[in-house]
Amino acid sequence: MQKSRHDVWVGLFVMAGAAAVLFLALKAGNLLSISFDDTYSVDARFDNIGGLKPRAAVKSAGVVVGRVESITFDDKTFQANVAMQLQQRFAFPKDSSAKILTAGLLGEQYIGIEPGGDEKNLAPGSVITQTQSAVVLENLISQFLYNKASEGGAAPGADAKGEK
Amino acid sequence: MNWLNPAWVGRVVLAELVVIGMAARLLLRLLALIPAALRRFSLVVEQIFFVGNRSLSIITVSGLFVGFVLALQGYYTLQRYGSAEAVGLLVALSLVRELGPVVSALLFAGRAGTSLTAEIGLMKAGEQLDAMEMMAVDPVQRVLAPRFVAGLVSMPLLAGVFSAVGVIGGWLVAVPLIGIDGGAFWSQMQGGVSWWSDVGNGVVKSVVFGVTVTFVSLWQGYTCKPTPEGVSQATTRTVVVSSLAVLALDFVLTAMMFSV
Repeated sequence: MQKSRHDVWVGLFVMAGAAAVLFLALKAGNLLSISFDDTYSVDARFDNIGGLKPRAAVKSAGVVVGRVESITFDDKTFQANVAMQLQQRFAFPKDSSAKILTAGLLGEQYIGIEPGGDEKNLAPGSVITQTQSAVVLENLISQFLYNKASEGGAAPGADAKGEK
Repeated sequence: MNWLNPAWVGRVVLAELVVIGMAARLLLRLLALIPAALRRFSLVVEQIFFVGNRSLSIITVSGLFVGFVLALQGYYTLQRYGSAEAVGLLVALSLVRELGPVVSALLFAGRAGTSLTAEIGLMKAGEQLDAMEMMAVDPVQRVLAPRFVAGLVSMPLLAGVFSAVGVIGGWLVAVPLIGIDGGAFWSQMQGGVSWWSDVGNGVVKSVVFGVTVTFVSLWQGYTCKPTPEGVSQATTRTVVVSSLAVLALDFVLTAMMFSV
């Protein structure tokens, strides 16, 4: 094939463009965070998932230990079934509990795992039964108002502790 | 009262349909000629140099300034809500999804599309295309196809450069100038930008825009009146038609990709 004097510059241009796309994928899109570590699947049933989305983080003690794989609705128990992929190198006791937490005031929701005390660990495919649903603001407010009303004329301050 | 005359309306509709049909036929031929054009790779390389390398300066400078402005404007709104760190996410998402492909396609139409139209229009006016046909050389394959492939290759690369430089520009304004925490800037961005559904779809968009802009430029040059006025009108039409087509297609693509 005939060589052209522009070959070098065109090659440079193509490399620069490819590097730019790669930069976007790695630095902005965080392609590196997709781990190819082995994972195992654990389910959790929640009464209310709030705004949890697939690919949300699963954290324990604030450290990411996995991702939410899928969220489905179970019409037998009327609960949400959240499938999580936890990294193979982290094992949790069988009686660990899962909570839906919010990062910051308006941030994304994620699942926090509180380790329990059981000697056996969570096996692949097992189900976390002790869960705490997402906090829904409307429920919180109505609960508060209901307590207020039922307390009647009782002194304020004694009411809020009544219901957890 | 021309438009009340059914014969006139019919003539206009028929003429437009013929144009659309011919354009579609040329587009299909160009797409089918891509492998043939790649076999004469040196022609394509030459065109990538003219279409891509020469556009790099305008793309880089525009991207940098668009990134600057996005960071400044985003900061003023976001700091009211106490989430100034999210400016990184704002800059990256708007560049990767929309501004990168769209603005670089508009610049590409102005910088490279016009020169393609003028070049081919002048070849036509100078009867070079006719001379080629006389020598049994197909001008679509020899002249149009390498330019088409070059536009197709250059556009995604240019859009990528635009977005990447824009993100760096946004960082320059947000972190050293305004004083937002650098770690939060990147982590917010990485938390919100998906490499496939945002970056990947941006690349898909820019490929579509590359086909659109290059095809419109080639078509306008190939079908212009072979006169000086004809070439100048065709060059103007290239910018107008390809800009409108890019904006309209962008709406359709965005609705398809991101409305889930």
